[in-house]
Amino acid sequence: MSAEFYFGVEVFLNGLMAGVMYSLVALGFVLIFKASGIFNYAQGVMALFAALTLVGFQNGQIPFAHLINTIFGTELSTFGWTLPAFAAILLTLGVMILFAVLVEKLVLKHLVNQEPIILFMATIGLAYFMEGFGDLMWGSDIKKLDIGIPQGGNRWIEDHTAFLGGDNFYGFYIDTLDIYAAVIAAILVSSLVLFSKYTKTGRALRAVADDHQAALSVGISLRTIWVIVWAIAGFVALVAGIMWGSKSGVQFSLSLIALKALPVLMLGGFTSIPGAIVGGLIIGVGEKMFEFLIGAPFLGGATENWFAYMLALMFLVFRPQGLFGEKIIERV
Amino acid sequence: MKLTKFAAIAAAALTVASPVLADLVFPSLSYRTGPYAAGGIPFADGYADYFTLVNERDGGIGGAKAKVVECETGYNTEKGVECYESTKGMGALVYQPLSTGITYQLIPKTAADGIPMHTMGYGRTSAANGKVFRNVFNYPDNYWNGASAIVNHLLEINGGDIKGKKLALVYHNSAYGKEPIRTLEALAEKHGFKLTLLPVDHPGQEQKSQWLQIRRERPDYVAMWGWGVMNPTAIQEAANIRFPMENFIGIWWSGSENDVKPVGMAADGYKAVTFHNVGSDFPIFADIQKYVVDAGKAAGAGDQIGTVLYNRGLYAAMLAAEAVKKAQAIHGTKDINASMMRDGMEALEITEDIMAAQGMPGFGPSFKVSCENHGGSGTVGVQQWDAKAGKWNLISDFKPTDGDVIGALIKEDSMKYATENNITEGCN
Repeated sequence: MSAEFYFGVEVFLNGLMAGVMYSLVALGFVLIFKASGIFNYAQGVMALFAALTLVGFQNGQIPFAHLINTIFGTELSTFGWTLPAFAAILLTLGVMILFAVLVEKLVLKHLVNQEPIILFMATIGLAYFMEGFGDLMWGSDIKKLDIGIPQGGNRWIEDHTAFLGGDNFYGFYIDTLDIYAAVIAAILVSSLVLFSKYTKTGRALRAVADDHQAALSVGISLRTIWVIVWAIAGFVALVAGIMWGSKSGVQFSLSLIALKALPVLMLGGFTSIPGAIVGGLIIGVGEKMFEFLIGAPFLGGATENWFAYMLALMFLVFRPQGLFGEKIIERV
Repeated sequence: MKLTKFAAIAAAALTVASPVLADLVFPSLSYRTGPYAAGGIPFADGYADYFTLVNERDGGIGGAKAKVVECETGYNTEKGVECYESTKGMGALVYQPLSTGITYQLIPKTAADGIPMHTMGYGRTSAANGKVFRNVFNYPDNYWNGASAIVNHLLEINGGDIKGKKLALVYHNSAYGKEPIRTLEALAEKHGFKLTLLPVDHPGQEQKSQWLQIRRERPDYVAMWGWGVMNPTAIQEAANIRFPMENFIGIWWSGSENDVKPVGMAADGYKAVTFHNVGSDFPIFADIQKYVVDAGKAAGAGDQIGTVLYNRGLYAAMLAAEAVKKAQAIHGTKDINASMMRDGMEALEITEDIMAAQGMPGFGPSFKVSCENHGGSGTVGVQQWDAKAGKWNLISDFKPTDGDVIGALIKEDSMKYATENNITEGCN
């Protein structure tokens, strides 16, 4: 086999890895949509907010320091201590659970029985509020996120595959961070599937997802379920924020990772957890292979975003509910 | 009754918002919010702090107080135009749009309103031709100077010969990112190196395809034209594929602390071209501490002082203040208007003595502006990141760029604009 063939295989493998990263973001959307029918526009900002909070805790940063300094003329910045990554993650998780409670109490509770578009608009407002709130709380400077996950091409894989393609092939390049992301995503999806299938709360979640009215009639608290779902989505956002933040630092563009999740959702379906993973993998591989085979050599490159949305659009035409989405049939 | 109250409140608000007529008004189209805030804040702080310093230390510029009117653009072109429209009536002397998109929108507006615009290191490169773009100035450097400086640096480290070498350009897939392509293509032809173009879609968080291609094709050098999150992502990807960091060089908008710090030690050795000095080892910073920070009058939290983008804002303000002095001297009045400011900018000469007098010796290149040349000297330096020390070091002097190649391109592009807009080239 020629080196060109193995380069293609390398692109394919990296497409799979990129797809896993997209899926991590898409999962949060699916969880909330499945349980409440809300397309949560704020999911990307939740990932940003979680990552900002995590770095803030790790560095012992004083929240709202800039605001306090402006009002009281102080010069506060940090508490003077740092936290280990695990403790900071737990604290951040606590903040995301608190966030879920507040969203339910202050926003969702007041919008029960409203049209989905109203709830969608509410999440747009929530996204902008959180972006500004995160800025005020932790500052807008770019932060380095390091929880100990190694980055860079995996040497072992490179060394053990370099013999395949001759002198011009240097072994398969796979980023170690992406390998961690794939393992974490696999654990996350398995846990979510097991949770929803085999726990009482999970069954309640599925009942609410199937029919709100029926779930209420058998005594399931819609409000409690919403808090749980938003808290889980907050946890997923934290995982996505850690992975993406480790790649490019924690900064406000992190919220734009949501753009990468949209074609994944269109392809995998808005209501399927495995769909988010499979959709992510198809989008990741599809866009990378298209760029490698057609985009870069013939079209000048930068075709990935275009291709991802084109692929999703084609799926929408032939299967509007996505690969794994539920086909909704409403009878008169 | 309600209307009367409203009118009274509006009148009071206008009184508070409008500057005193004798003030020298400098609108600052800043972006302290949004995805690019990390880059916008230090520039806006540096720009404002310089004028605060001259007010507090010198009693203003030539006896007239400077007033910075800040307007938030969020790095959004529409908001930038709104900011221009809402501030131009305040007696604005010069605009620094801090965005190539906003600059393009304001070129015809500032021409119609007779207000000068300074686009230092960004905007429309061919605005260096002052015979066509009479109200636009882009001294001391433009994008094409940056592209040429990168090639000159490669020539320098290769003993003057880069024939057969491979250079990859990783660029933001936008009008800004595409700016250096024509220049680099012309220089590739002249010097015989091979140029590979690698566009990155906005915002640039996902660059795996581009860096796999670099790993496959093994270029000798990589140049970058990025902004925002694209920069640290590219530097991280370069580190991931173990691309030698000293062979990776960015334009000045890819060379701030924001771009290297998120990557940590792996960014050590990364280079960028620059048109001003780095760090805070200049006498002016002691004055800023004394008259601005300690007096509680700093524009920001004071934590950006000495960073690359703070220094850039400071430098832009210093050049504006020097143009005011020139305008005051030409017209014999301390209360100048926008038209007089334009004259001052066109007659500006920055010497080492002037910079030293401002506490900024060697802070930027010496240059002279004229009607024919609104672009200044076009001399560019190179800075390199020392990750261990956590600081940039200027590793070269400000050196000339390829005037032959750039001059021809500027002529061609500016004449095209002149034809499209029925502008007669000239100096009067």
